[in-house]
Amino acid sequence: MIELGSILVFLVIGYVFGTLAEKRHFRSLREREVLSQELPALVADTVDTTQQIEQAYLVVGATVIAIDYFKAFAAALRSFFGGRVAVYETLLERARRESILRMKAEAAGCDLIVNVRIETSSIGGEHQGKNKINSVECYAYGTAIRYARH
Amino acid sequence: MVITNLNYVPGKEIIEHYGLVTGSTVQSKHFGRDFLASLKNFVGGELKGYTELLNEARNQAIERLVAQATSVGANAVLNVRFSTTSVSAGAAELYVYGTAVRIN
Repeated sequence: MIELGSILVFLVIGYVFGTLAEKRHFRSLREREVLSQELPALVADTVDTTQQIEQAYLVVGATVIAIDYFKAFAAALRSFFGGRVAVYETLLERARRESILRMKAEAAGCDLIVNVRIETSSIGGEHQGKNKINSVECYAYGTAIRYARH
Repeated sequence: MVITNLNYVPGKEIIEHYGLVTGSTVQSKHFGRDFLASLKNFVGGELKGYTELLNEARNQAIERLVAQATSVGANAVLNVRFSTTSVSAGAAELYVYGTAVRIN
């Protein structure tokens, strides 16, 4: 009975704080994305060679994000029936968008980022029962290009 | 040292090619950070401790890559790729590789 009660409490805490944090994060992502629109990040690897290039260097942005108790529970239920696990989709989207923004922050003063690659890896915790930490790392990297100013 | 994930250096010419250079580090978690991370797992969100830890480890892997490139006489590394593997519970390997070249 006590165990069931604590699971319920954790679920409520996870749901309330997880949802709040997610909303706040999405709002901040949207605001910062608007601000960083002037610096395009391209997957293509071509650079305008008619302009003189002053600098070209590697930029990296990484984020490790954890799954909350409620999401883990919802996903476990989902895996019972199969189908889309929407709670994980938003989590990965947040991590990726955050990584891209961090990468762009490293390229401050540059004109564009080319050859952007995004990778995702699961950073597993201790797989012994309770202390399992479900977290995912997303990182984005590319080459920042700065054209010479005339 | 120029490091880029393009297969050329914009505005520069490659004059010599030295082949593959790599850098890797296996990073284990810190007990204190791990404890905080396990608390964070209830509410979700970013694990800042882990982000820092992996960034430090990745920088170290890049340093090793640069050291190797320097030792063969290169002044640029092209086509850099990263990869992360979870080696065992609680440890991850960060691996970075690229092609060492000399540019003018």
